[in-house]
Amino acid sequence: MNLSQYPLLLWPPAASAIAQETDWLILAWTALALLLVAPVFVGMTWFAFHFRAGRNVHRGVREGRNHLLEVGWMVIPFVLTLIFFAWGARVFDEDWHPPAGATEIHAIGRQWMWKFQHPGGQSEINDLHVPLGQPIVISEISQDVIHSLYIPAMRIQMETLPDRYTRLWFKADRPGVYRMFCSEYCGTDHSKMDGELYVMKPADYEAWLAHAGTADSLAAEGKVLFSSYGCAGCHLPGATVRAPSLAGVYGNPVPMADGGTIVADDSYIRDKILDPDARKVAGYKQIMPSFKGQIPEDRLVPLIAYIKSLGAPNAEPNGEPTP
Amino acid sequence: MSPSDTALRDPLTPRPTLGRPDDYLHSEHTLRSWLLTHDHKRIGILYLLSITFFFIIGAIAAGLVRLSLIVPNGMIFSNDTYNRLFSIHGIVMVWFFLIPSIPNTFGNFLLPIMIGAKEVAFPRLNLLSWYIFMVASLFTLADVVIGGVDTGWTFYAPFSTTFSSAWVVPALIGVIVVGFSSILTGLNFVVTVHTMRAPGMTWFRMPIFVWTMYATSLIFLLATPVLTITMLLLLMERGFHIGVFNPAIGGDPVLFQHMFWFYSHPAVYIMVLPGMGVISEVVPAFAQRRLFGYRFVAYASIALATVTFLVWGHHMFVNGMSEYASIAFSIMSFVVAVPSAVKVYNWTATMYKGAIKLRTPMIFAMGYVGLFVVGGITGLYLATLGVDEHVHDTYFVVAHFHYIMVGGTSIAFLAGLHYWWPKFTGRMYPEPWGVVAALFIFIGFNATFFPQFILGYLGMPRRYHEYPPEFQILNVLSSVGATILGAGYLFPMIYLVWSLRFGDPAPANPWDAKGLEWTIASPPPEHNFARVPQVDFEPYDYSEREQRT
Ligand code: HEC
Ligand SMILES: [Cu+2]
Ligand SMILES: [Cu+2]
Repeated sequence: MNLSQYPLLLWPPAASAIAQETDWLILAWTALALLLVAPVFVGMTWFAFHFRAGRNVHRGVREGRNHLLEVGWMVIPFVLTLIFFAWGARVFDEDWHPPAGATEIHAIGRQWMWKFQHPGGQSEINDLHVPLGQPIVISEISQDVIHSLYIPAMRIQMETLPDRYTRLWFKADRPGVYRMFCSEYCGTDHSKMDGELYVMKPADYEAWLAHAGTADSLAAEGKVLFSSYGCAGCHLPGATVRAPSLAGVYGNPVPMADGGTIVADDSYIRDKILDPDARKVAGYKQIMPSFKGQIPEDRLVPLIAYIKSLGAPNAEPNGEPTP
Repeated sequence: MSPSDTALRDPLTPRPTLGRPDDYLHSEHTLRSWLLTHDHKRIGILYLLSITFFFIIGAIAAGLVRLSLIVPNGMIFSNDTYNRLFSIHGIVMVWFFLIPSIPNTFGNFLLPIMIGAKEVAFPRLNLLSWYIFMVASLFTLADVVIGGVDTGWTFYAPFSTTFSSAWVVPALIGVIVVGFSSILTGLNFVVTVHTMRAPGMTWFRMPIFVWTMYATSLIFLLATPVLTITMLLLLMERGFHIGVFNPAIGGDPVLFQHMFWFYSHPAVYIMVLPGMGVISEVVPAFAQRRLFGYRFVAYASIALATVTFLVWGHHMFVNGMSEYASIAFSIMSFVVAVPSAVKVYNWTATMYKGAIKLRTPMIFAMGYVGLFVVGGITGLYLATLGVDEHVHDTYFVVAHFHYIMVGGTSIAFLAGLHYWWPKFTGRMYPEPWGVVAALFIFIGFNATFFPQFILGYLGMPRRYHEYPPEFQILNVLSSVGATILGAGYLFPMIYLVWSLRFGDPAPANPWDAKGLEWTIASPPPEHNFARVPQVDFEPYDYSEREQRT
């Protein structure tokens, strides 16, 4: 499909069920809006002509205020619009919670390009290939300013923040090529920070992966980094210093030295690597050095993927991320 | 007819210099008498001239932005030039036109007169406020035009503090300083309304314009300091690398958005409320009808000024803010629509059984209502979480707020300018030209901004220098509309100036309107009222006419 084949586009393609629902939402909203503003437009036009000065029409006015009318036209429209508040919140809620088993793709934004990393270790610049029918979570982080990953065909966007993971998800149900943009102004070439989203049939996607494939999966790549950055020297069994084993840490609660627990997710591990003193783990002497400024975002991603892959304690890392 | 009217009728007749009370325009003639004036009317005129100048600058920048967008590949300007142009447009229009527009011009001129006072509470502070405004605005203008700023009017960190290589610091200083002008004006108006009302001028006898000025002043006082602090923090981070917003030096990446919108959403009502006040004067005058639901409209003004502080998060639904916070901000934004809706229905009902004269101010006012309604409804779309996730930061938002700011505020400004022009200057504007201008502006405005709703829904992000070719036709349409709109603005600039010399002399009350400003000569005498008025009538007291029929 050639994206710019239309000289004039009036409605964007919708490539997911949520995108279609968003369209229905805005259309229904517009229907109600027209109903609510019709009295204003019709009334104003009609009054302007019917009651124009010098025209002899009945203008007898009853004195006194009409409280019922004044309260009524405040309350009834408000209650009607709340339908759309609720509907919008429902769609938002759905967008907020990706289904279990979604494939996680990492997006790293920086002035002025996107880098996407697939779980299999394949990475691509600006464009993104995804399989049809499979929920995709995109975990985003920025290396510099705030960007925002926007996929109009999915009716979704999420800001890409420095130092903080955000995510969006979608499940494409129409194959095709769609546009992606950076929607948060980020400087000189903001408008060139765009790309194309290829939604492919699963078989084609597999073929694409194989073609683009690197030798290593993301987790395997992370394993190499884990040694080269010296993490292994402390964290692997048999190390001379006392550091927690990272097997089974991901997704489980970690007791903190100052009391309380934190569930170890991507942000927790990222924070630990960059600023290990911020929250200390109970039962250990904090000797881990900070890697701030040494490990770029696109290497943190495989490192975290590796730690994530260290499923249960003592289990051999299999290189595949656990869902 | 006052002596000044007879004197003004024929510009060639030498003006009698003795034996008549001079109006404020002719009491003194030197430049010095203007630059050192304490007269709230003259200060209003000074502001009128200044903001017109800034409007022209902002409009030229907008025109160049629209010029650039005629082609999708951005070949007309470089990317940095384009970014500077839209930043000039935003910064100048928001801070140096929209925010001071109605309060500092009409508010200064009319608020004291409308409550039967001879002055504002602090005349010298009022002049100081104008000087602060001029210094800050000219300084910022020089910076954004000569140096160049590429952050947009929103100054999002950490881009503005760390990554932009443009002249951000002077612009921040300018915005901080101009805030003090707003604060002083707000303070002045609040105290004036509290302490200077004429005998009998109770709160519920004040015209709605005064109510909206009061509400606006409260926002000036409560919100502007937050902006000052936010901009100071930006300065600290940019100038001294003190980490506040940039996580690389220990800041929080979304804190800036919270602080900025905590000011800037209320600032929307600084721009909207005064327009509502103007329309609430114009509609009753040209319908010769009491404003429908006066008390509701008055309360709604105060309600807006209050609830507006609770909705800033609707600018941040897609920045990772918690789901529950988003839902709370969404529903609060629905609530804030209620007082606005009240006003729209009330204006419409005011026209019912009126004796409507479709003069220029009324045509502008009706255009205002129509456009404001579209802006308001699309604002509710944006408050709807599921929709905002899609159209946030696209041209849909651009179209929405231009319907509010241009379709709303600046059209209300034109409505008020034509309505009170006879009072300000003692001259009538040429009516047919007024109608022509109103039509050009209405058509041009819709042609410019309606296509942008579609562009936004299609997914065109805002602040895009280059865009995909399938968006071109709508962009060209929008640029053509902007040309018509620009022509529409040129008309009043020409014929209003023309009317100063050649317009018909204005009687004290050309519209048969109610309100104290219409009981004194046009232009008003230097001290407004020869005798302090005794107010023993309700506002919008058009019952005389109502009983006639
Ligand atoms: C000098 C030894 C040392 C090195 C090198 C080191 N760590 Fe650590 N690490 C520790 C210690 C000790 C702790 C526990 C203390 C604490 O966090 O308060 C820890 C904690 C952690 C935790 C939190 C574990 C939990 O149970 O919550 C993670 C995750 C982690 N390190 C990852 C890494 C990674 C990734 C690297 C390499 C980039 C690395 N570490 C390098 C010593 C080290
Ligand atoms: Cu960008
Ligand atoms: Cu807002």
